[in-house]
Amino acid sequence: MSHPLSPKSMKTPLGIIRGLGSAKNGTKHWWMQRVTAIALFPLGLWFMWHVLPHAGVGHAELVMFLKSPCESVLMILLIITGLYHGQLGFQVIIEDYISHESLKIVLLLSFKALALILGIWGILSVLIIQFKIF
Amino acid sequence: MTQTQRPLAPHLQIYRPQITSVLSILHRFTGIFLASGALVLVVWLSAISEGKLSYETIQGFFHHWLIQTYFFALGYSFFYHLCNGLRHLAWDAGYGFDLKTVHRSGWLAVGMSIILTLLTWFLIAGD
Repeated sequence: MSHPLSPKSMKTPLGIIRGLGSAKNGTKHWWMQRVTAIALFPLGLWFMWHVLPHAGVGHAELVMFLKSPCESVLMILLIITGLYHGQLGFQVIIEDYISHESLKIVLLLSFKALALILGIWGILSVLIIQFKIF
Repeated sequence: MTQTQRPLAPHLQIYRPQITSVLSILHRFTGIFLASGALVLVVWLSAISEGKLSYETIQGFFHHWLIQTYFFALGYSFFYHLCNGLRHLAWDAGYGFDLKTVHRSGWLAVGMSIILTLLTWFLIAGD
């Protein structure tokens, strides 16, 4: 059987794309990659220059620093936008280099799942630091 | 079944490395590398939330020179990805496409990322 995209194929262009899903949000990936990139500019610098200098201090002092509402909010935002941006980036790389269709889908879903798990784990940790009495 | 004989694109390895292609692939590599940093961040926050003991255990690991080297590479990756990301945003907006500007902004991104990494490293180490 010839490949559906080869000139030998009798399939019409419509027949080839049928069943592959709709293209309702084709620009969403590209756009959100830029939106998260812009958000990560201040969030990343905040982390590097404001959070990291506290990274080596004692536990009590670090907890007190992280408990402030401002730091908690920014940390949760960093986790969400960072993992979102990372997942979008991995998606591009997988789609570029993996041509084996089922492996591609497995990898895409795995990285989405990984981002979700890390995101929930990270946000939960920030909330526990916020509310736990150490 | 006869195959259509189309010319093949030359393999990537036969091209002479150029600032444009090297920086482009470096953007991807630093991006992948930074994702590992996200994992470390979450594990670190989790350890802090566990309590004093877990925090001190993980902090002990962080002092190992191998982990310190990894953190330095992570810091460089962050600033490179940030500086080169700004180039990408400029291109998306339609600016800086001529070859001279592409070369100049590329070297600027490399230089700035080195300076920012060293500055940040000493800011944290000096604290």
